[in-house]
Amino acid sequence: MLAALIIVFREVFEAGLIIGIVLAVTGSVPHRNRWIGGGVLVGALAACLVAAFTGALSQLFAGMGQELFNAAILAVAVTMLTWHNVWMAHHGREMAGEMRAVGQAVAEGSKSLLALAVVVGVAVLREGSEVALFLYGVAASDGGSGLSFAIGGFIGLVLGAGVCLLTYFGLMRIPPRALFATTTTLITLLAAGMAAQAVVFLERANWLNSLDTVVWDSGWLISETSLAGRTLHTLIGYTDQPTEMQLLVYAAVVLATFMLMRLTGSHPADRAVAAG
Amino acid sequence: MPMMKRLTLAALGAIALLQGSPSQAQQATEIRLTYSKGQFQPSQVSAPADKPIAFRIKNLDAKAMEFESSSLRVEKVVAAGSEGVVNVRALKPGRYEFYDDFNEKARGALTVE
Repeated sequence: MLAALIIVFREVFEAGLIIGIVLAVTGSVPHRNRWIGGGVLVGALAACLVAAFTGALSQLFAGMGQELFNAAILAVAVTMLTWHNVWMAHHGREMAGEMRAVGQAVAEGSKSLLALAVVVGVAVLREGSEVALFLYGVAASDGGSGLSFAIGGFIGLVLGAGVCLLTYFGLMRIPPRALFATTTTLITLLAAGMAAQAVVFLERANWLNSLDTVVWDSGWLISETSLAGRTLHTLIGYTDQPTEMQLLVYAAVVLATFMLMRLTGSHPADRAVAAG
Repeated sequence: MPMMKRLTLAALGAIALLQGSPSQAQQATEIRLTYSKGQFQPSQVSAPADKPIAFRIKNLDAKAMEFESSSLRVEKVVAAGSEGVVNVRALKPGRYEFYDDFNEKARGALTVE
């Protein structure tokens, strides 16, 4: 039971953190629960689907199907997160103002919500497919201890939800004025970390061989497998042995987000075009 | 015009860089493992240093396993009754442990020398 609890919690943990952040980011947007809930549901269904076809997925691209699939969905999440940040830089001010109640702002808000719902879906899909495989394996092999495993798994899931709520309420304690800057920074680093993680998958698939020298090893300080390491890994993309390419891609995403936000944020006159 | 030339050179340089060294990807040492009844077979393997390694793991059990190693920086789910390939970069001499993340009793180690 404890094994199931630990494995499920470890997988759900990352998704919990991400959903907590997304909930805080969308705190004042109407209908956000519907979108985020939808993201979780679709992600969970997709996870079961991916789990069912893991064998087939693995055989694609000369045995590297899993790695490339992971890289691809991470790339989607990075795009959505970056797009959200740029969109917020563009529309954030008017949303925070009196126009929030206007129907158009609601319609516009749902565009950004869709992006974040995709991010949530991807997070649940990535972590959930492993949980589904693990629990299915247990259920298939021994029916007797199945119940205690199910209980362990369920507690793991509840703890994961706890992480989500803790993240959400932690962020909600930040005063509204500072919250926007905080979540923007968080989402930028989240995206950069996911991009660096996508690099790892491409390196594993041998699709990316250049600049694969490990720059440093900080495993003695914070191991990536420790709880602190895992938290930092999800939040800011911490890894204890980054390669040159990972650092390069990380910096590129941060820089690109910053530039795009400057570009779109400083021209409020363009708003009419984008809104039209 | 020198600007154009410089850009072309930079582009060519970038392409050359992205190609990497093809010999590195080809000359991988292959290590075959089977996984059955919750154990790796063999559980102790070795490989030469400074050469990339490719693990081929055949999962004969009826449930999925996850081949994982923090020192090798790999994790890969291998579905029941299927085979998974895990690529590892060229390594320094040393001992690298691996395990099944879904079953902590299944452990093994790679010795690089």
